[in-house]
Amino acid sequence: MALDVAAEVLANLPLSADFNRLSLAAPAIAAATAPGQFVMVKANTSHDPLLRRPFSVFEVLRSGDGTATGLTILNKRIGATTRLLYDAKPGQRIACLGPLGLPWPVIDAGTKREACLVAGGVGLAAFAILAEALVARRVKTTLFYGARTGAELFSLDFFRERGVSLVLTTEDGSAGEHGRVTAPLERHLAERRSAAAVYACGPEAMMAAVARMAMRFACVCHVALERVMGCGLGGCYSCVVPVRGEAGGFHHLRSCIAGPVMSGAQILWE
Amino acid sequence: MDLSVTIGSLHLKNPVIAASGCFGYGVEYAGVVDLSSLGGIVVKGLFLEEREGHPAPRIVETPAGMLNAIGLQGIGVRRFVDEKLPELRARNATVIVNVCGTTIDEYVEVSRILSDADGVAAIELNISCPNIKEGGIQFGCSLSGTFDVVSSVRKATRLPIFPKLTPNVTDVASFARAAEEGGADAVSLVNTFLAMVIDIETRRPKISNIVGGLSGPAIRPIAVRMVYECRQVVKIPILGMGGIVDARDALEFMIAGASAVQVGTANFVDPFIWPKLLDGMRDYLQRHSLARISDLIGTVDVESKHKEWISS
Ligand SMILES: Cc1cc2nc3c(=O)[nH]c(=O)nc-3n(C[C@H](O)[C@H](O)[C@H](O)COP(=O)(O)O)c2cc1C
Repeated sequence: MALDVAAEVLANLPLSADFNRLSLAAPAIAAATAPGQFVMVKANTSHDPLLRRPFSVFEVLRSGDGTATGLTILNKRIGATTRLLYDAKPGQRIACLGPLGLPWPVIDAGTKREACLVAGGVGLAAFAILAEALVARRVKTTLFYGARTGAELFSLDFFRERGVSLVLTTEDGSAGEHGRVTAPLERHLAERRSAAAVYACGPEAMMAAVARMAMRFACVCHVALERVMGCGLGGCYSCVVPVRGEAGGFHHLRSCIAGPVMSGAQILWE
Repeated sequence: MDLSVTIGSLHLKNPVIAASGCFGYGVEYAGVVDLSSLGGIVVKGLFLEEREGHPAPRIVETPAGMLNAIGLQGIGVRRFVDEKLPELRARNATVIVNVCGTTIDEYVEVSRILSDADGVAAIELNISCPNIKEGGIQFGCSLSGTFDVVSSVRKATRLPIFPKLTPNVTDVASFARAAEEGGADAVSLVNTFLAMVIDIETRRPKISNIVGGLSGPAIRPIAVRMVYECRQVVKIPILGMGGIVDARDALEFMIAGASAVQVGTANFVDPFIWPKLLDGMRDYLQRHSLARISDLIGTVDVESKHKEWISS
């Protein structure tokens, strides 16, 4: 069940000129969050901007004894709300509604499969909690992570410390492999085939490419969609994605309640 | 304190209703709000058949508002009756169904199916969706079309019918009168204002349908004025809406002449708004020593306001 909390900003860590990691005191939401779920956030109390914005819950913050104390979101400054979130000050309150949406299906080691997480840019935010859940189930996990430039590859230690293998790419070649994240992923899937379970979050073109590639190699593939959302609860029908209909044709599904995690094979990519 | 209001033969426990298209089919919100605590729920517009609506992007934010062109995506009236109505009934929701049609026959047929179903309190006739060409707006923009749809549905059902009027006409009040003459039990107003947003970098419209309907606080003063104008010319009750975000806004509509209010866009921002609206109304009644909210309807004082202004 969704909760609405006026969450205090615990910390605001700038990661680059455009990215920051915001820690919010929303323990009840954090405690209830499953990997891949999201929150609807509003950084102002006025009508401009009016609507909330969806954010993946990036990390669940915990005290020494494991109790959830808050959550973090990974923010990229692009519009009005993201600018307010970039500039947020500790102590300020931010409306936070969640946890929302369908979570990632978490495979376990018994399936004899390994997990390939594929993150593009700010899409990384969908993977920290998933990585923890996979590692807790002793699933061999690799993060394929692509960004524009090396300075925009964040939180690498978080994944390393948990035993996740990292394969990094940058579009400018400043870190990791030069080019797109789909290149090393393709080499890996060609070898592992159906022994890999693929999880992708990032720009829609990247997710489309990953979903097609996964189909080609007969891998299970889930994607976490990041569509423009009005409400996050299924009320407005603005975040729809076209999926294959049973008898041909298509249906529009609301990515807030039929997602954000959906099967990559189900979606009719543009 | 009595928050109940009467809309024709329909008795509502309070005047706060969820607006169509902004509350799904109601069931989506069952985990967030006690559906029976609302005066009513107007569900998303329904045609006879399923519709997939427009491609995304379907919304864009505007100053103190939003533009939408969903294109009336919906599951069709039969699936609604089979799949959603039983849960709404079990949760004791007062269900008002927003009925769409491309022809008068379709309005009549959908209304008939709903009349035969168990658990529909009223029909809101959507003759005002600005986002699809064949979605009733051709009826809602013509006085005779409005009269024809309303009078045809009137013959087909005993359920209360509330035509929902578009603000995209010169004289809304004349449409309220046409609806009244057609046999409407009340009128709902306003639907959204036809509007457009362009990305100047790409020079492309920001939503796929090019134009869409504007809602939210930005439209409120215009909507209040339209409710006021309609109140002057029709006797049937008015369900007022457009940009309500708190109890004060809701009360403003009632004072202008609305017997009940609907809340749409604000529910996206705050899905927990419902008890806050009701608390705010109770506070107001207490502060003004009023026993019944219905005593407030249409009490706008256009005379002494003027005098006060002169004397102060
Ligand atoms: C996303 C969205 C979808 C809507 N869908 C419908 C609809 O299906 N039928 C209808 O009669 N009105 C629809 N409306 C209009 C609202 O019911 C309401 O008339 C309008 O938004 C003004 O109220 P508000 O400012 O409180 O949102 C829709 C509005 C929005 C924002």
